[in-house]
Amino acid sequence: MSAGPLLETRGIGKTFGSVLALREVSMSVAAGQVVCVLGDNGAGKSTLIKILAGVHRHDAGAYLVDGEEVRLTSPRDALDRGIATVYQDLAMIPLMSVWRNFFLGSEPRKGLAFDVARARRVAREELRAMGIDIRDVDQPVGTLSGGERQSVAIARAVYFGARVLILDEPTSALGVKQAGVVLRYLARARDRGLGVVFITHNPHHAYPVGDRFLLLNRGTAVGEYGKDDITAQELTALMAGGAELEELAHELRRE
Amino acid sequence: MTVAADERIAHVGTARRLLIRPELGAVVGLVVVFVFFAAQSPVFRSPAGIANWLDPAATLGIMAVAVALLMIGGEFDLSAGVLTGTSGLILVTLATRFGFNVWLAMLAGLVVALAVGFANGLIVTRTRLPSFIVTLGTFLMLQGVNLGVTKAITGTVQVSGLRRAEGFEGASALLAGTVAVGGTSFRVAILWWILVTAVATWVLVRSKAGNWIFAVGGNEQAARAVGVPAARTKIALFMTTAFAAWLVGSILALRYTSVQANIGIGQEFIYIIAAVIGGCLLTGGYGSAVGAAIGAVIFGMADKGIVFLGWDADWFTFFLGAMLLLATLANRLVRRYAEQVRH
Ligand SMILES: Nc1ncnc2c1ncn2[C@@H]1O[C@H](COP(=O)(O)OP(=O)(O)O)[C@@H](O)[C@H]1O
Ligand SMILES: [Mg+2]
Repeated sequence: MSAGPLLETRGIGKTFGSVLALREVSMSVAAGQVVCVLGDNGAGKSTLIKILAGVHRHDAGAYLVDGEEVRLTSPRDALDRGIATVYQDLAMIPLMSVWRNFFLGSEPRKGLAFDVARARRVAREELRAMGIDIRDVDQPVGTLSGGERQSVAIARAVYFGARVLILDEPTSALGVKQAGVVLRYLARARDRGLGVVFITHNPHHAYPVGDRFLLLNRGTAVGEYGKDDITAQELTALMAGGAELEELAHELRRE
Repeated sequence: MTVAADERIAHVGTARRLLIRPELGAVVGLVVVFVFFAAQSPVFRSPAGIANWLDPAATLGIMAVAVALLMIGGEFDLSAGVLTGTSGLILVTLATRFGFNVWLAMLAGLVVALAVGFANGLIVTRTRLPSFIVTLGTFLMLQGVNLGVTKAITGTVQVSGLRRAEGFEGASALLAGTVAVGGTSFRVAILWWILVTAVATWVLVRSKAGNWIFAVGGNEQAARAVGVPAARTKIALFMTTAFAAWLVGSILALRYTSVQANIGIGQEFIYIIAAVIGGCLLTGGYGSAVGAAIGAVIFGMADKGIVFLGWDADWFTFFLGAMLLLATLANRLVRRYAEQVRH
């Protein structure tokens, strides 16, 4: 494996009809690195990662995997190249059990059959190995908490040999404690040598785990920083459009 | 959406989880309905009586099981009932008017049925229109074709005379015959129904395809995102329903040796109702093949039981409505249980 980036985009762009969702965005992620993509709602974060994940095709710029230009044809194509994605809204199927979700799309076979016994056992073992405490792998995913669900999705991606893990706002719907749980598994995946692309609009979640920070606004990159170039306060200020936030603070102050 | 709420809800009792088995409501219904009729009618509980009510359960059950798979996969097929008619009409027409061997005529019926199922699936997956609308269209078109073609060929609204066709004996024995068990003769269709239910159950819970069926019905986008071929899965499900329609259409054609051009109309809802009584959610992603088979038995029992008790057959539809309401209420509890803990 080369020491270069696992994933790279060069001036990538995407339009939906007349909507310019993404324009001239360049980024890269290497093994063992966490790249955070930050931006407000509608900034184009989901569009960017859907291109990386093979859901959308870019219509400008270049997308490189292992240094070679690619055009992914489907999420399956991305998965086959070791690019796994955990989506903010469509990570899991609530009415299906944990182990069925865990192996969905990559079911182990035994002759013609789905090797159910093995799927159950492996799911239990893998979750435990990631330190995820699930009481019963037979319970429907809908009965898990949001943080647990995201964690299961991360464990699944790691198990299936993902080299790059893309997470779309995994912490945005979570409380402080649950978000911490997810960030911990994210760090564990990084420690196992995965490249991680972490999308969020919360700088407090991004800063502790991120190595690089890409800021998007209205579909374009408005800055890219290494951890040494920027402090948590600066990142927060940039995110919120510092001046605006100060104004708001002023406005909300008690008379 | 506080952390405390998360944690409280996560501790769900095992008993409660067992209670949401999809078949549970159907099993309770089965026992209640059986006891109700058996207590009042000795004929109902005799072997001959059982053979009698298992027969309608079997033909309905084959369809209900296939429709259940489709509903778990998140789709409906309103053309399934009329398609039993189309398959039967093709079989009898080709065998009696065009000199086809019965087996060959059945094969032709199968090809047409699978083509209709494929078309349903293709249109639904390509256009993303609700299958309710797409198959309603197919339903009306097939209804027109069944009547129009039958009238054009025979000048009447039925085709008959299958008994004289070549190959009838063998095909009839296989699909429309009877088997004697302890002196009582049971319709062989009952065996086909059991076989269909067993295969469907195996596919659902023990095969890769089963995992995909639950997934595309539960959340199609999420399924596709992890590499499940959602469109192929759905098309296969529509073709499975079409296959079942062909099987049932052939069974009935061979049994009565004639087919009415309007047969099967209105049955499509009975299949769906049986599947819902068996625990299928109308919203997809949940249900069971065994449940649908049990739903069909409840129908068979009520259908014949009402006659055994000497009641007016009109009471059957009252019963049908009551069962449907009860089943849907039970399903809603399941749904609420699943939703209560996701946010
Ligand atoms: N499938 C789509 N069709 C049309 N417009 C879209 C589509 N997906 C996203 N957009 C638009 O592109 C812009 C960026 O959206 P998105 O990438 O979802 O932002 P974010 O994830 O940062 O909130 C928005 O204006 C959104 O309305
Ligand atoms: Mg988004």
